[in-house]
Amino acid sequence: MDTSEDILQRTSPDLVRGSDKARPAKAARLSPSFVSWLQAGPMMLVFLAFFLIPLVFVVIVSFWDYNEYQLLPAFSGRGYTDTFEGCIAQLPDLCTIAKTYLKTLKLCFLVWAITLFIGFWVAYFLAFHVKSKTWQMGLSLLCTIPFWTSNVIRMIAWIPLLGRNGLVNSGLMKTGLINQPVEWLLFSEFSVVLALVHLFTFFMVVPIFNSMIRIDKSLIEAAYDAGATGFQTLVNVVIPLAKPGIVIGSIFVITIVMGDFITIGVMGGQQIAAAGKIIETRVNALQFPAAAANAVILLVITFLIITMMSRIVDIKKEL
Amino acid sequence: MKEGRPRSFYVLAIFFAAYVLFLYGPMIAIYVLSFQGPQGGLTFPMNGVSTYWLTKLFQGTGIVDLGAAFRRSLLLGVIVMTVTVVLSVAAGMAFRRKFKAQSILFYSAIASLIVPSIITSLGISLEFRIIDDLIKAHWNENFETSMGLLTSGLGAHLTWTLPFGLLIMFAIFNRFDPRLEEAARDLGATPWQTFRHVVLPIILPSVIGIGLFGFTLSWDELARSSQAIGAVNTLPLDLQGLTTTVTNPDIYALGTIISAVSFAVITLALGTIHMLNKRQAAKGSDAGKGLV
Repeated sequence: MDTSEDILQRTSPDLVRGSDKARPAKAARLSPSFVSWLQAGPMMLVFLAFFLIPLVFVVIVSFWDYNEYQLLPAFSGRGYTDTFEGCIAQLPDLCTIAKTYLKTLKLCFLVWAITLFIGFWVAYFLAFHVKSKTWQMGLSLLCTIPFWTSNVIRMIAWIPLLGRNGLVNSGLMKTGLINQPVEWLLFSEFSVVLALVHLFTFFMVVPIFNSMIRIDKSLIEAAYDAGATGFQTLVNVVIPLAKPGIVIGSIFVITIVMGDFITIGVMGGQQIAAAGKIIETRVNALQFPAAAANAVILLVITFLIITMMSRIVDIKKEL
Repeated sequence: MKEGRPRSFYVLAIFFAAYVLFLYGPMIAIYVLSFQGPQGGLTFPMNGVSTYWLTKLFQGTGIVDLGAAFRRSLLLGVIVMTVTVVLSVAAGMAFRRKFKAQSILFYSAIASLIVPSIITSLGISLEFRIIDDLIKAHWNENFETSMGLLTSGLGAHLTWTLPFGLLIMFAIFNRFDPRLEEAARDLGATPWQTFRHVVLPIILPSVIGIGLFGFTLSWDELARSSQAIGAVNTLPLDLQGLTTTVTNPDIYALGTIISAVSFAVITLALGTIHMLNKRQAAKGSDAGKGLV
């Protein structure tokens, strides 16, 4: 006769863990929460050592003093007062820092609007018009591969096209539209926006595509059956359901552009001031507290933008 | 509802094609231009075809020691890739249960992804500077610096690659059927055996994807390296340095070489993923497919 425990063990082994002889005693002794710590601990340590503590140092050092060549660990607001120098005295004219931030926000807005437009339609095409899974994979991959290659190279790549003697200029001259090369194509705000769009539309495409692919296709058919036009379906069904992706993509693009100093440097011919560039310039001058103060300002502004945007959508729920 | 392709399909198809051309066109232009003849300049038309600039690069142009930078970037890339894969898979497994500090880790990863790189980079450089000062003041006056490729540089790269790794793990386990593990457990497998023989083979293609992200993001990393790498440069930093003094196509040649490594890694990774998927399809379980 089987004991009742044996029967239970056979039908539903999970209920009778104690009698499971195949399980080594040692593994059973590790509590689940300890295992979780072992698994997640190393990554947490990396973020602690190389992200969270450094952020704390940025805030602390922003209140330190400095001279020409070193940090002085004594409380001082000099990093901030240097940064906002002349902001009150020069009123109603804008001081340098305010002008720089306005310029950065303008670049940010332009890049955001363009990447959103391109990203939305590219994702829309992939999610709704490409029916075969294989094609969908292949075309998504086609959009992703450049992301795995170097950003600097993708910036330099515009030089042969946009330079004084580049393809665009020589093409325009041949057709007789212009008599002399256009100068604003390269090392200008135009080329900065172009390169940023080129590099970062990917960050829009992926989250929007992710949201769109989850939309139940029968909702769209239902909208059509109920007599909605294509435009009405887009505005009342697709866009609201793709909103989480749109917000996440926007957060990526905006934070990248706000802190960018490399694209703006290379494509702007090192002539355009931006929020990220100020930090770089200050570091190069070894004025670390001033650099840190600027980093804190940038962090606060970026954080405000993200908070505003994440009001619209719960990021954690969408991943 | 049966219909042909709507007009919007063709409009969007053209739009998509234009986007792809916009993505790849400029890159292809510099790959072609790196094969300029010796007299060639920075723009089209080509002035003869040769491998002059590519070979010149390998002989050393005298500007920077590219060979050393190449080896450094490769070493860092491989280490970042390995660490990213191991830590991401481990943390991904942890997230399948509830544990304390779960949301702290999650929000750290997201914040690390979206806090502007220059701030992270500056923070790491300040942290190491302060550590250096402490060592000099208390232990060793002749201490140089603790900053370096495999200390601050490695850390800086990981703050960029780990969030991607973790997010990919979330995506994997969203689709993972936990009943497979239960079955393994019921058959008496230890937790490690369950992971090694059941979970890992199933998620392996995506784990290779994490490795692909880990390597390529590190190989091309620039913004976070800029302040945190210490005295030596990685290849992208050298390339960026060259952009301010562009006069001849050797910068394109360097770009082509860097991209060639990227494309080799991408091809290798995608090829392996494809092979694993095919094998899974061929030899995988036929459970739920009914009797033949």
